[in-house]
Amino acid sequence: MTVSNKTAKVTIIRGAKGQKTYEESFDVPFEEGASILDALTWIRSHRDSSIAFRYSCVNANACKECMVLVNNKVDYACTARLEETGVTVGPLKNKRLIRDLVTDIVPPKERFLDV
Amino acid sequence: MRRVSTDVFIVGAGGAGMYAAVSACRSGAEVFLADKSLISRGGATIMAQMTVAAAVGHQEADHWTHHLADTLEAGHGLCNEKLARILCEEAPARIMEMEQWKVGWARDKAGRFCQVMAPGHQVSRCVYADFLNTGPAVARALRGEVAQREGITRASGLNVLDVVVRNGRAVGAIGMDVESGEIILIEAGAVILAAGGLTRLYRRNSASVNMAGEAYAIALRAGAELVDMEFVQFFPIGHLAPRMVGMDPIMWDPFRYKLGGRLLNGHFEEFIQNYGGSDEGVYTARRDLASYAIYKEREAGRASPHGGAWLSFEHIPEETLKANFGPVIGKLEKNNIDLTKQPIEVSPIAHYHMGGIRVDEEMATSIPGLFAAGEAVGGANGATRLSGNAIPEAFVFGDRAGKFAATAARFLGRGRVFDEDADELLEAIQTHLRTDEEADGGAAAVMKDLQDVMEDHVGLIRNGPAMERGLARIREMISQDLANIKIRKTDPFNQSLQDWLELRNALQCAEAVALTASKRPESRGAHQREDMPEAKPELERNQVVRLNGTMLETEWVDVVKSDWTLHDRVLATI
Repeated sequence: MTVSNKTAKVTIIRGAKGQKTYEESFDVPFEEGASILDALTWIRSHRDSSIAFRYSCVNANACKECMVLVNNKVDYACTARLEETGVTVGPLKNKRLIRDLVTDIVPPKERFLDV
Repeated sequence: MRRVSTDVFIVGAGGAGMYAAVSACRSGAEVFLADKSLISRGGATIMAQMTVAAAVGHQEADHWTHHLADTLEAGHGLCNEKLARILCEEAPARIMEMEQWKVGWARDKAGRFCQVMAPGHQVSRCVYADFLNTGPAVARALRGEVAQREGITRASGLNVLDVVVRNGRAVGAIGMDVESGEIILIEAGAVILAAGGLTRLYRRNSASVNMAGEAYAIALRAGAELVDMEFVQFFPIGHLAPRMVGMDPIMWDPFRYKLGGRLLNGHFEEFIQNYGGSDEGVYTARRDLASYAIYKEREAGRASPHGGAWLSFEHIPEETLKANFGPVIGKLEKNNIDLTKQPIEVSPIAHYHMGGIRVDEEMATSIPGLFAAGEAVGGANGATRLSGNAIPEAFVFGDRAGKFAATAARFLGRGRVFDEDADELLEAIQTHLRTDEEADGGAAAVMKDLQDVMEDHVGLIRNGPAMERGLARIREMISQDLANIKIRKTDPFNQSLQDWLELRNALQCAEAVALTASKRPESRGAHQREDMPEAKPELERNQVVRLNGTMLETEWVDVVKSDWTLHDRVLATI
């Protein structure tokens, strides 16, 4: 694979329900065409294992679980591209925040525990 | 601890789990259906793009016995013939039922189902939903059927950690609410494991994130047996380069055999014919052969720039491409891929697991009350799976598992699960939990290491010493890496904890794959050894693996044969 020495700054809006949210930035290796999800999984394996985000189908854009705010716009982490100029990723605003990028997108009738 | 009680508890809500839920429900059982991801979104089904094999005979004369013959041929002598027969015989009824449930199989102008040819089939047999939408269409139809049945309770975000067995029968399971981390005890009359798939154990895979072998590991710990674990299918032409997002990496196959995409080595020469395949103008060389040929070309220094092969559609008129790729062309454009001007690069990618939980024709394991469905089931596909058999397998085995689990639940009655049943697991988790910031979760990183070990030592092309090294490293990862991981206590939605729980299953599963692979001294189907390139007639047998204490033990067993007169007759008609 082509490996460059370029990096991109990924800022994540973090925090759990009931807490004050905060921003945390990571320098992530930049490769042409990489997705936001690529960057998030890299951070989890190499920098901070506690970052919470949802995804299932990885790259196929079939499961639709990875919806987040990318630079304040709703997008799928698996198809939104990482930009060399940096990017801010946050949780959806119209859903109940659980932690970091995870919001409550579970349909009400599929919830086992009362929230 | 919180408890829930049900007749039939189903682990995994992909195609097999959802079909099982509907089936158990219409058999009169109360059903509880859980997925650690979201109902219908996780697992393999939603990833399916194209082919669903069933002998409905809408495009040319066909019969399930012909489908069976092709399935057995692909299985290289190792198919459990009774399971394979059930798969092929019942697939048409399930396909028609899915149509009643509004899946929307693609139809031709005469209103018949479109059926395409796929590698290894003698006739055009595979139905699909346009465009490349089979999985999402199937998931949507089944989600609807599940949702409208009051007897089915659904739980998204419930990770099932273990099945509880008492007095020799399955009595329920231990689950964890992913968001809160709370332990949930599930008491059931019968349990169905429908969370199959393990291809995420490999570096290059087409799996969803929750396919790290959970069902197999849970089955082992419950005392059930696995079969054919050494047979992992690699899909020959998984996307390699340029970087492409928003598309399944296995998307090229249907276009290749529909339009005749040309597979070329780094020197832009066709090469399948040099490995005993006949690809010219037909492009239906068997998957294992195509994978092997691409690997060998790379070994000979004739790979494409990123280490795979070229796939070219440049010779096909733009209009034809547009008509066949439909909206996919737009998605390719977004990835800066113009098929009229450039070939793309492909290489083998871990795609499907032939092995799995050993069951009988009722999908029952050796543990009363414990069943399996879908990819979690081992045996039907033998040493290689015929393309298009995975989705019908989810439907057919799901339907049967649901039906027979409902009967078993009536017979056995609901089990009891006690708080103490979760003690051992909770203790293990406690020893790894850390509240301090310094604690490094680490499980996600170890998972990456494991993927490298499996890809490099127990991958597409294998040899004895490499497999031994892989097995030793996996065992070291179990005794050291897994044991030393510190889980960060970050609630709610503790990702580090979920990663650790997943790694625990992945390692157990990887050990079963590496162990059985190292104990098969031949090449057959998806198990290809460069140090032992021939198949040995005396090894036309299955390997069973089970847990004895903390150690895995293997045993050779005879292949389950079906009605041989039927088999002979089938082969004679082709």
